[in-house]
Amino acid sequence: MSTAGWEPLALRAAHPGGHGHHPGSSATALPAEVLAWLPAVVTLVLLVGAYAVGLVRRRGALGRPWSGWRTAAWCAGALLLAVAVSPPLVSTAHADPAGHMVQHLLLGMYAPLGLVLAAPVTLLLGAASPAWRRRTARLLGSRPVHVLSHPVTAGLLTSGGLAVLYLTSLYAASLHRPWLHALVSVHFVASGCLFASAVAGPDPVPRRPSTATRAVVLVLTAAAHAVLAKWLYAHAGTLPPGAGHTPAATERAAQWMYYGGDVAEVLLACALFAGWRRARRHGARRTGRAGPGGPGPAPSHSTRTDRSTGSRAARTAGHSAASTPTRAATASITPTCPAGTTSSVMPSSSNT
Amino acid sequence: MTAPGRPPLERRRSVLVAAMIGVGVMAAVDEIVFHQLLGWHSFYDRSTPAVGLVSDGLLHAAELVLIVAGFFLFADLRHRHVLAPRSAWAGAFLGLGGFQLFDGVVDHKVLRVHQIRYDVDLLPYDLAWNGAALVLLAVGVVLAVRSRHEGAAAGSAPAP
Repeated sequence: MSTAGWEPLALRAAHPGGHGHHPGSSATALPAEVLAWLPAVVTLVLLVGAYAVGLVRRRGALGRPWSGWRTAAWCAGALLLAVAVSPPLVSTAHADPAGHMVQHLLLGMYAPLGLVLAAPVTLLLGAASPAWRRRTARLLGSRPVHVLSHPVTAGLLTSGGLAVLYLTSLYAASLHRPWLHALVSVHFVASGCLFASAVAGPDPVPRRPSTATRAVVLVLTAAAHAVLAKWLYAHAGTLPPGAGHTPAATERAAQWMYYGGDVAEVLLACALFAGWRRARRHGARRTGRAGPGGPGPAPSHSTRTDRSTGSRAARTAGHSAASTPTRAATASITPTCPAGTTSSVMPSSSNT
Repeated sequence: MTAPGRPPLERRRSVLVAAMIGVGVMAAVDEIVFHQLLGWHSFYDRSTPAVGLVSDGLLHAAELVLIVAGFFLFADLRHRHVLAPRSAWAGAFLGLGGFQLFDGVVDHKVLRVHQIRYDVDLLPYDLAWNGAALVLLAVGVVLAVRSRHEGAAAGSAPAP
């Protein structure tokens, strides 16, 4: 990157109107405007770096290709997180509740969707040493994790968190306390990842509820989101208590919340049913019951393999072989999760 | 069911899946045309009671998942060569009309979530709305009756 891009920022920082005060360190200290990018850059570098390390280690351990779609999903999720904490959006969020809402949508819905579709746990299991793989698998199969990662729990955590934020004075408090705002943001990201993963994640989940159950939880959670958005709209004059926004601004924020939530719901539903279709085509015979469609013959298997017999057959064989260590490590982690479920995020993963 | 050759058409499922899509499409048309383009309905009618608000939120969320699920199930039927196309058309019209009628009667009148248009005499609008719903439903019923033997060469379809 050329230094010319940084120059206006530095000039602005030197201007008396700028809010960066660094007494004593005039030349060496970074201007506040550059420092403000730190969270975004650190987020992006850490996330993408960690994933890259995982990819390299996994290749060393298993020697099999990884879906390019998953990597792309991870990068998109990391980028959305970085955008959400980047100075332009942060300053918009300070000035306008609609900007705040966009930030929350990115943190709580869109970034988590990308991160979850990247199957980070599968990558971790493939990259870790056998001992760590066993430990991770045992942790994933443990009761607290099972309860926490159940769609109902995850749905309550996301929508409950939203309700607490907008219906209590937490929102107003977080406006003036950066640490509290950071905490709220972390909750958004964590609960969003938990929910996306519980509903539609490609990662292995022990004793995962059926597709129908997950669809119902998705509907209920999205409904709670929509109702909360309209409630905010309806009580725009009073509602984030103590926030002091104009009713028109809150109404706009509520509409962002409503329609932004719709798009996220549709994306999650697509991911959920794409997973259902994959499970049905790959391993319906083994699980017996693949989704709301109930039992059904899956003659697609043959038509699928004879299109590109070589690579696909090799991939399939590789997959079942690869999932054996995991399965051996934890008997409980795989029964509800056929090899197909852990195979790829997008149907067209054959490009790798 | 266990015929080794072509699998039998899944008529009932074709109707159901197409109806899911029909419901979702009509809900989307309502949202896009009347809420967004014409601006007849408001985003939120302040006289909406809380129960209407909750039911509306549930319905809205369910529609979106319904249309996505419908398309995936439809693709699955086609993929397995068991789609009964004429029955599916019947289901689509039943879904379109059914949602329109539900919206016109339950949402607009019973729960009073919102009205079709504001500051006008509602009667012609209500009549047109629900009349259109009945026409769509009638088309669906006719198509369903005419396609009732679709794919039932073995004569196993229970006629309604």
